[in-house]
Amino acid sequence: MTLKQTPLNAAHRAMGAKMVDFGGWDMPVNYGSQIDEHHQVRNDCGMFDVCHMRVVDAKGEGIRAFLRYLLANNAGKLTLPGKALYSAMLRPDGGVIDDLIIYFMSEQWFRIVVNAGTADKDIAWMKQQAAEFTRHLPSGDAAVALSPASGGKLDRGNTPITITSRDDLAMVAVQGPNARAKVWQVLPQTRAATEGLQNFQAADCGEYFVARTGYTGEDGFEVMLPKEKVEEFWYALNKAGVKPIGLGARDTLRLEAGMNLYGQDMDESVGPLESGLAWTVDLKSERDFIGKAALLASPTVRKLVGLVLLDRGVLRGHQKVHTAHGEGEITSGSFSPTLEKSIALARVPKDVQIGDTVQVAIRDKMLAAKVVKYPFARKGKAV
Amino acid sequence: MSNPANLKYTASHEWIRSEADGTISIGITQHAQELLGDMVFVENPAVGRKLKAKEECAVVESVKAAADVYAPVAGEVTAVNSELDSAPEKINADPYAAWMFKMKPASAADVAALMDAAAYQAVVDSEAH
Repeated sequence: MTLKQTPLNAAHRAMGAKMVDFGGWDMPVNYGSQIDEHHQVRNDCGMFDVCHMRVVDAKGEGIRAFLRYLLANNAGKLTLPGKALYSAMLRPDGGVIDDLIIYFMSEQWFRIVVNAGTADKDIAWMKQQAAEFTRHLPSGDAAVALSPASGGKLDRGNTPITITSRDDLAMVAVQGPNARAKVWQVLPQTRAATEGLQNFQAADCGEYFVARTGYTGEDGFEVMLPKEKVEEFWYALNKAGVKPIGLGARDTLRLEAGMNLYGQDMDESVGPLESGLAWTVDLKSERDFIGKAALLASPTVRKLVGLVLLDRGVLRGHQKVHTAHGEGEITSGSFSPTLEKSIALARVPKDVQIGDTVQVAIRDKMLAAKVVKYPFARKGKAV
Repeated sequence: MSNPANLKYTASHEWIRSEADGTISIGITQHAQELLGDMVFVENPAVGRKLKAKEECAVVESVKAAADVYAPVAGEVTAVNSELDSAPEKINADPYAAWMFKMKPASAADVAALMDAAAYQAVVDSEAH
């Protein structure tokens, strides 16, 4: 199978990247030292090729009501233009199809960014649900009646909802305490529109869509731009002193920041409440959404916790965790360059408490780990 | 960095240096450290442990992955490099200086029969394709 390439493939090779197969994409794992790259982002800033992720535009008059029904988190919370929301998209049985970010641009336009490996599946699901949603107009439907924009009336709109994969766009994440200043240096024309952005808010600056979001626990921007401009942007950032960062450091940065990785920390076989995502799921309001009934019906018996290894070694995904309340499993584990210890996310029985000591089976040994709250680190420091 | 000509090698990417006292020092090659990336943990065998040839006896872990290290020949572990406990990155910095453990080989002939640098380079080249 030929690996897919982003428009930055040649740039990575020119910058000395070690390339790996990442879910069918030929991507840079590092450009030398993964640990140096990790510190570079925590202490200064770095840039990531995230062109493999997919930008999707969802448009139509009923788009807010549709997203309130499609997603576990409540798109109704978004009132400030440009504001972003992290959400899981669930199957009817509560399993996680994907986790994604939606940006509220207008009552007719939400932008959605989904994971690379799930993009085709996600878009097919969204299109199918959008078709169903516009076809049926049951009166008294909670999703519609409660939409703030509707004033209590049906607001599915008179135009169909369109779901468009923006394959013409590329995306670069610039992350770290100095990231925004570097982006402004390279794209001064975006400064006025993006200077006032709050965390988790985006601005549409014509060719450049600039969002104050990321996957590292640091400040910074994710910049979406036309594919044919991305190589020039990448080199301009590099010339301004921004170092390229590979997927290796991206993984340790997001793990320290306590951010889930789809396919490891959650997937279709497990619900959001057992994946550390209860904060993104609102079960108390009357809003109906796909998967809600299943979440309400099935008891939560496990939860996601942080682990810090007390003994010497390295925690890894799929290692078994032995607790006083039964067995669990590590979903993501690595070495934390910030803490200089091994850390992990693990799914364990719900009665396990913060502060408990558990045993992790690593090869032929049982090593002690402490159950902790996560994130482990962000904004340059251990937390 | 080329593979030193005075060392012996295995197909599982260990290097072996014969010492004046009749022991051998074992480490992992430049190629192995480059594949694994930043080292964060080394687990060595206990001194006195008797090993069979090709027995799994040590582990190196990078940020990315864990890899087993195998005994190149049969023999007994005589020393371990405990410096690597706190500074595993020495393997990245200079893999041919960062020895992991020493063994007294059961037979000197076994050591002599291991691959030389040229044969090992052929193994590395074949893996690249």
